[in-house]
Amino acid sequence: MSEQATDIISTERPIYLDYSATTPMDERVVAEMLKYMGPESSFGNPASRSHSFGWTAEAAVETARKNVADLVGANPKEIIFTSGATESDNLAIKGVAHFNHKRGKHIVTCKTEHKAVLDSCRQLEREGYEVTYLDPMQNGLVDLKVLEDALRDDTILVSIMHVNNEIGVIQDIEAIGNICRARKIIFHVDAAQSAGKVEINLEELPVDLMSFSGHKIYGPKGIGALYVQRKPRVRLEAQMHGGGHERGMRSGTLATHQIVGMGEAFRIAKEEMVEENARLLKLRNKLYDGVSDMEEVYVNGDIDQRIAGNINISFNYVEGESLLMALKELAISSGSACTSASLEPSYVLRALGRNDELAHSSIRFTMGRYTTEEEIDRTIKYVRTAVEKLRDLSPLWDMYKDGIDIDSIEWAAH
Amino acid sequence: MAVYLDNNATTALDEEVLEAMLPYMGQVAGNPSSVHRFGRLQKSAIEQARESVAQLAGARADQVIFTSGGTESNNLLLHGFCNSLSNDLSNDMRRQIDKQGGDTRIAISAIEHMSLLEPAQHIMQKTAFDVDVIAVDEAGYITSSAVTQVMTEQTSLISVMSANNETGVIQDLSPLITLAKENNCFFHTDASQAAGKIPLDFTASGVHAMTFSAHKLYGPVGAGALILDKQLPITKLQFGGSQENNLRAGTENVPAIVGFGKAAELALSNLRDRSSHSLGLRDALERGLKEFSAVTVFAQTTNRLPNTVQFGVAGFSGETLLMQLDRKAIAVSSGSACTSEKTEPSHVLKAMNIPDELANSAIRVSFGKNNTMSDVDAFITALNDIIEINRHSAVMMAASV
Amino acid sequence: MQMKIRELGVIMAYGEKVLDHYENPRNVGSFENTDNVGTGMVGAPACGDVMKLQIKVSDEGIIEDAVFKTYGCGSAIASSSLLTEWVKGKTLDEAQAIKNTQIAEELALPPVKIHCSVLAEDAINAAIADYKQKKA
Repeated sequence: MSEQATDIISTERPIYLDYSATTPMDERVVAEMLKYMGPESSFGNPASRSHSFGWTAEAAVETARKNVADLVGANPKEIIFTSGATESDNLAIKGVAHFNHKRGKHIVTCKTEHKAVLDSCRQLEREGYEVTYLDPMQNGLVDLKVLEDALRDDTILVSIMHVNNEIGVIQDIEAIGNICRARKIIFHVDAAQSAGKVEINLEELPVDLMSFSGHKIYGPKGIGALYVQRKPRVRLEAQMHGGGHERGMRSGTLATHQIVGMGEAFRIAKEEMVEENARLLKLRNKLYDGVSDMEEVYVNGDIDQRIAGNINISFNYVEGESLLMALKELAISSGSACTSASLEPSYVLRALGRNDELAHSSIRFTMGRYTTEEEIDRTIKYVRTAVEKLRDLSPLWDMYKDGIDIDSIEWAAH
Repeated sequence: MAVYLDNNATTALDEEVLEAMLPYMGQVAGNPSSVHRFGRLQKSAIEQARESVAQLAGARADQVIFTSGGTESNNLLLHGFCNSLSNDLSNDMRRQIDKQGGDTRIAISAIEHMSLLEPAQHIMQKTAFDVDVIAVDEAGYITSSAVTQVMTEQTSLISVMSANNETGVIQDLSPLITLAKENNCFFHTDASQAAGKIPLDFTASGVHAMTFSAHKLYGPVGAGALILDKQLPITKLQFGGSQENNLRAGTENVPAIVGFGKAAELALSNLRDRSSHSLGLRDALERGLKEFSAVTVFAQTTNRLPNTVQFGVAGFSGETLLMQLDRKAIAVSSGSACTSEKTEPSHVLKAMNIPDELANSAIRVSFGKNNTMSDVDAFITALNDIIEINRHSAVMMAASV
Repeated sequence: MQMKIRELGVIMAYGEKVLDHYENPRNVGSFENTDNVGTGMVGAPACGDVMKLQIKVSDEGIIEDAVFKTYGCGSAIASSSLLTEWVKGKTLDEAQAIKNTQIAEELALPPVKIHCSVLAEDAINAAIADYKQKKA
């Protein structure tokens, strides 16, 4: 298997621009993890209280917990480890809803949330809860007025993501949190895409629950965390039972090496974030400048309120899947990775009010720690060539060039 | 280096397993759901692992659902089953199960792991389902008559573990499965402790679901599986993606799954060797324990896992014994690690009617492939020292009074 | 091992023939809309594919030439490219007899891409209908 893995990297060497789907692990993270893997290592079940194997593991877990907490200005006691951001989102949303069902059964979220949030809400709807899915503004940001209008007396939870995985826009979670606080509504933020990219200080932010992922921040897959505020204490019902690990909120043997890896990843992010953001912003601007002089190129999502490593572009009159195919030198995605196996246009772009053609023609480029300027130069070249080739093939492009309004045509649905 | 005799709590990751995992740590990025080649490479690694795990279980690859571990598998099974019945009332399965129109009941054995007992308790409190507990006999067995005692027309799921983590008792499941079948009832078994220690055959046994954990068989912590026959309806526990046949949302933990696959492959090919190695150590330990009059081995005459011995030391508290053994660099446990924070006697021993005092003195030794005969000697010597010193100080105490 | 990766990377996902037609599409272009030209445009931008297929028909009713332009995924492009190859030299009736299943089979389209071959069949039928209408 290792042969396969090295082969694909050394012989084909595509440019990886899909850092929002997952990141490679930083080698410093791997080095830390290896200390807790293998027969000569400090392995042990951290819940084993009776012997030093367990204690060593527990100490490592606590160091990691502190590292995670430090990046986001939380107290280590407020960090619950989970198997990933999907589990964190599920635990936060269903956990709060189940615990507070007597107070009310109304939840507010946004149409551009990650599936982990949306599908958790759908499950709650099946259980008899009511969910309002807000339309974002055209730039992808939540309209605070619209949010306020959606809140009701029986609203128990608002869940809004910090940074969108597809378009990279940064929501004003401070403002949203203040609105929630004023009405004593619990506020959950999915921060899987923002930790290590945007400054987060939970000591001051009016946020009650926040989800984190390991593998989006150069840490391992299979590990995530949920911040659960202690003062005032946020209570939720566990989704998994058996052993009462993680202060009773999440049972199951903790994967020491994965927790250690996540901790190290968060520690590194805290150290390098500012510098890294400046570097990525340069790369992103370069990429955008390199393709934006072509006709009919649109950026999806607000260009300013956005993380440095993301640019999401629609190349009008070119279909996204064929563009992905033409750009085989690039590892990119159209829409989010979780849905890109299906042929639906991105629901996020649709929620922004983008028409179907533009949604179908979108490509997400996400850059990260190992992206080089040379790779961006090549990317620009590949993209221009592919778009030109496909436009030559596109009947819609011809029509556009002939001045025909495509919307004026009656298309037969099929 | 200390002597590690707590392999039922967790095992050391195998070197070969680690080697298989390394290419998926760091060097290769890629989300298995991504269409590009980085993603597809991850996907194919998962499928290869699925094949290996299926072989260890004696199941088909498409019956393997990867989870974050045994706890999640058990929760997925119980919560997922109940949710599927209450979510989807129009389901044909529901009608089939809902026989007499009464409340649906689940029966689980008294000696199950907390990751089944606790969700069962939760289900009792929060849903319309009722849970019955199947009693265990003094030898540690779940008998057919014990199952018959709790089974009603409404019982729709029975869960009995393949082998117990504390006593190591191996259940004779086939009469229980037959009984379940006769009553149109689904059958689940937690095989976390049995996998890799005794042969398993999911298909031939007729069970509908089976729980696996990677880190109990020299694989990594953070991966497990639920082997599931599609007849048994479940809905997912964790929402937000269609991974794992739409039964477990979330980006797959690829390195851990790859490690799980490798560990399963090794467990299957070394099953006999590992078993006889453990059995040699266990027999030696039990011979040594015979010399201590205070020691009672639990379920000694019952069919047990080759690697597990649980015993009580009359007149001692298990906690004290554990601490003193640890000071002598020997790592064992009293029961399951998850409950060792608490000082209550083990629920397993309690269910077997072992007197509290003896149960409170319980020590579990669980061998692994890396243990040697000298570990057994070290353990016997240490135990002997501890018992001697305590006897001595007891004599001194008595003298001073 | 190398083969395995190619399988994984390309063939399994798209199929060799799809890839060939996609990378070297045959008969790309447009005809002027004269009397002996039939044009079929099917699909919809909202659905992610639009196919424009044109045939040039001789007085004897033989398709002398065919061109296409397609907005859509690789399989849609390949389906239309293959179809232009197939219809050349055929009578209108012969061309009309081509079924989407033949296209799907030739390109080894996966089930989720069968609709691309359906679209191609629709396109040739629409082109023939357009031609016949002009002649009628």
